[in-house]
Amino acid sequence: MSAPGHTLPAAAVETAALPGYNYAFLDELSKKAIRRATLKAVAIPGYQVPFGSRELPIARGWGTGGLQLTLSLIGPGDVVKVIDQGADDSVNAVNIRRLIERTAPDVTTTTETAAATIIQSRHRIPELKLRADQIMIYQVPLPEPLRVIERREAETRRMHGEADYSRMWVALYEDIVRNGRITRAAGYPVLVHHRHIMSPSPVPRWDLPPLHMAENLSLYGAGREKRIYAIPPFTDVAPLAFDDYPFAVEAFPGRRCALCGSETTFLVPTPDEHGQSYDVCSDTDWCAANRQQKASEA
Amino acid sequence: MTALASPARSHHAAPAAETVAPGVVLAVRDMTKLYGPGCPECLRQTGPAVNRTTCPVCGTVVACAEITFDLKAGATLGIVGESGSGKTTVLRCLYGDTGPTTGVATLLTLGQPGRDLFTLDPQDRRRVRNFDIGMVYQTPRQGLRFSISAGGNVAERLLAAEWRQIKRIRDRAAELLDRMEVPLSRMDDMPANFSGGMQQRVQIAKALANEPVILLLDEMTSGLDVSVQAGVLDLVQEIQHESNIAVIVVSHDLGVIRLLSDTAMVMKNGCIVERGVTDQILEDPRHPYTQLLVSSVNS
Repeated sequence: MSAPGHTLPAAAVETAALPGYNYAFLDELSKKAIRRATLKAVAIPGYQVPFGSRELPIARGWGTGGLQLTLSLIGPGDVVKVIDQGADDSVNAVNIRRLIERTAPDVTTTTETAAATIIQSRHRIPELKLRADQIMIYQVPLPEPLRVIERREAETRRMHGEADYSRMWVALYEDIVRNGRITRAAGYPVLVHHRHIMSPSPVPRWDLPPLHMAENLSLYGAGREKRIYAIPPFTDVAPLAFDDYPFAVEAFPGRRCALCGSETTFLVPTPDEHGQSYDVCSDTDWCAANRQQKASEA
Repeated sequence: MTALASPARSHHAAPAAETVAPGVVLAVRDMTKLYGPGCPECLRQTGPAVNRTTCPVCGTVVACAEITFDLKAGATLGIVGESGSGKTTVLRCLYGDTGPTTGVATLLTLGQPGRDLFTLDPQDRRRVRNFDIGMVYQTPRQGLRFSISAGGNVAERLLAAEWRQIKRIRDRAAELLDRMEVPLSRMDDMPANFSGGMQQRVQIAKALANEPVILLLDEMTSGLDVSVQAGVLDLVQEIQHESNIAVIVVSHDLGVIRLLSDTAMVMKNGCIVERGVTDQILEDPRHPYTQLLVSSVNS
């Protein structure tokens, strides 16, 4: 029942730059449907909202969930940054950025974290603290944190519905009994808003503390698994842990970035042309900015 | 919903807390479980008088019919009857593995108003299952997770009760397993590698982890040989003496019922045919079926 005067959005807003394609690739009704699912996700922090994942010119499993969120949100004036494992220059990130540039000509792209209004990411959060006017969008391969202990979807949904998480906790207990610590590295489960257990996408543990009471909105999209979920600004996010086995981020004792010298960032080993391995910042933009600052100080 | 036969016979309302005798922790009224569409004839056409549980009109199976009883704190109620008589259905409904078709079960725990188990929302129902009621199944596979250690099985209940300190959890699990005479050296082993008797003792430890108000024992010793049975039964008796826990024991073994329960009910074809003090029922059975049951054991 539409109210008087209510009109549906035009199904197509063609882009001048790319005839035959709609603005931001997806048609307007699809974008509206995705935004609706996003609103529900924001209203229930950590809850996975099913949505009709659309076909895109990249394969499912290559960031289509995050891309659909980005495409449904961008408009004139937006500045988009796309990162893959912290790097702006990986093939996946470059291609997604190009698609956005070609289908939404009034949206600009950047590699600079501070300049972005929307940041789409795979596997990392920028080292720079995000602001309230920025939206972080994550590409999620496996949205269900309980899948490791329960393969039936109906059962995991019931467990979320009843907050029946004791089996998840037992899995962590068993991990500690067998290995002396919780061995989960990427995709470490978190409890959002004291209610839903959520997979933070395969970011390292290093990236979990910034999620707690973050000023920015975080959106998670799983294109293949057809789920959207969210952490609204200023939401309690607690990695699952025990009082006597507290959560800890990755440590890099005595190591520093070979390029910028940083000792306070998430480092990844990178081989050089001689086959030697050295540590560099995973966040390439942060590393470059750090080098620039040091050069100007010198 | 189909036009579900609200059973043809009388139907009590939920008992208010004050109408229940003092000391009662669980008041079950008119609990009926039907498998099938149900019709107004279901309860009239089934039961011990006609010796069938399947309604000839609509084909519905009446698993249990209008079960009514009170369970007092510290008391043990035995339910005895042949297989298919509805004993396990009663326990499964109370524990929440399934829901009854009609009926009320009011849980009266300390400091709380009476709560009908069957109308609680799923989250509260789960809390009752985690905190207030413990269940020991006939086969350990139903009550234990074989993919996690014995200690982890006990820990699951503690974790559900929001215990978040590994040391405390392990201390408590060790205490429970030790009391159940499970060697602590095997606490971190998989239950699949345990003997049947030891699996049952782990199950009991798990059921008791959060000190429930009610313990449900479903044919707990049926799969065990006699000497192991005796050990497990001794443990249950110790628990009865040490705590104020209310117990419902379901068994087809009159010896188990005689040993553990103060009062007993005899079920046949989904109905309670006789109830009273256990010794009295076993010494002086009134209902023909109970007489048959008792005589077949004694002969």
